[in-house]
Amino acid sequence: MGQPIRVLLAKVGLDGHDRGVKVVARTLRDAGMDVVYTGLHRTPEEVVRAAVQEDVDILGVSLLSGVQLTVFPKIMRLLAEQQAEDMIVVAGGVMPDEDVEALKALGVAEVMLQDTPPAAIVERLTHLVEARGAR
Amino acid sequence: MRRAFIPSTDLVPRVEKGEPFAVARMISRAEASSSEAREALGALYRKAGRAHVVGVTGVPGSGKSTLVATLVARLRAAGARVAVVAIDPSSPYSGGAILGDRIRMQEHALDEGVFIRSMATHGAMGGMAHACLDVVDILDVAGYDTVLIETVGVGQDEVEVANASDTTVVVSAPGLGDEVQAIKAGILEIADIHVVSKCDRPDSNRTLTDLKMMLKDAPPRDGWRPPVLGLSSLRGEGFEDLMDAMARHREALAGPGGVARRRAIAAFRLRKTAETILIERFRGREQGSVDALAARQQDPYAAASELVRNFTGEKADA
Repeated sequence: MGQPIRVLLAKVGLDGHDRGVKVVARTLRDAGMDVVYTGLHRTPEEVVRAAVQEDVDILGVSLLSGVQLTVFPKIMRLLAEQQAEDMIVVAGGVMPDEDVEALKALGVAEVMLQDTPPAAIVERLTHLVEARGAR
Repeated sequence: MRRAFIPSTDLVPRVEKGEPFAVARMISRAEASSSEAREALGALYRKAGRAHVVGVTGVPGSGKSTLVATLVARLRAAGARVAVVAIDPSSPYSGGAILGDRIRMQEHALDEGVFIRSMATHGAMGGMAHACLDVVDILDVAGYDTVLIETVGVGQDEVEVANASDTTVVVSAPGLGDEVQAIKAGILEIADIHVVSKCDRPDSNRTLTDLKMMLKDAPPRDGWRPPVLGLSSLRGEGFEDLMDAMARHREALAGPGGVARRRAIAAFRLRKTAETILIERFRGREQGSVDALAARQQDPYAAASELVRNFTGEKADA
């Protein structure tokens, strides 16, 4: 019996919009995943600690404030410190194309911008977890 | 990059050292209930038994999460290392879940002495999550002094948490029913400690009085009379009384009354584990019977007896 995919969705930094991330949370729930949501205004340290304790397959961070090149390097470093470098990190939100390339170079597995259809998110996350293997 | 599989038995010594990554991964193995993890979980069971396991249950909206968040802060201030198992419901349709209990526990997000794990019910009954008992053992061995189990919001007869915890706290909120609710059988009977939450509200006195009236003539169970405590998470009031009652109940369990309780918990654990192993063995083998049953060519008693007989080698009608 396959275990449900576990995902932690987080909002990091000062932007106060979580309508998008809540829609994603519901979409993933309806696709049979377990979704931990940690609420607004978290720091990278808080998010990584929570993701490690929850032992999620995927850490999804939604950003609308433009601080992705500050936040993601920190998250990747903290995950490595916590022996969780094999966790799949996914970014979501609004950002310029050159930042998408920069994040992928850091090891962010996928960047899903605001026009990504919900079904595509489910498909992509499922594929990433299958490729990564069981916890 | 495909991830390397760490054998569960290799995680055990790391759980004992309290490594967050190992504790978290071991919990995932327990949830997956793979046979690979059984030896490790068995070893952890034998090492556990040091922590005070406190179940917190109550109807939806009674204030369990807020109470637990404040209780964690007070227990930390008293020097205890605290773990929380926060259970939320799975969707009956997709099987997925949204686990939101961490939102109310943000103040503990960076505290090394607090470990929070969200679990979905995944079809388990009684307000509990499947594998919750194993998860409690893991957190116990990892060195957490108090393990709080926060159940999903339950109805009136989801009482399984009492079989998983040393001390069961039942949270009632004012304004949710008349005094007849208080004399019904079920969830109120499993309380070792009754808490009336939201005692900043004027109608809370009525709820306190109803509960106290109900319990006045109840005989003590295992030598313990459940106290009724008023509490306000909003004002932070009543938590000293709650912590005091938790400590006194734990002391009472160390006496003769506790032996019966520990045996009951062990018996429940044995039955649950046997169920898990049996269900796993049956899975996929019942197909032929299911079709015959659906067509009403066979009856459930005969079909189930035959299924069981195939495993135990018993004679018919045994």
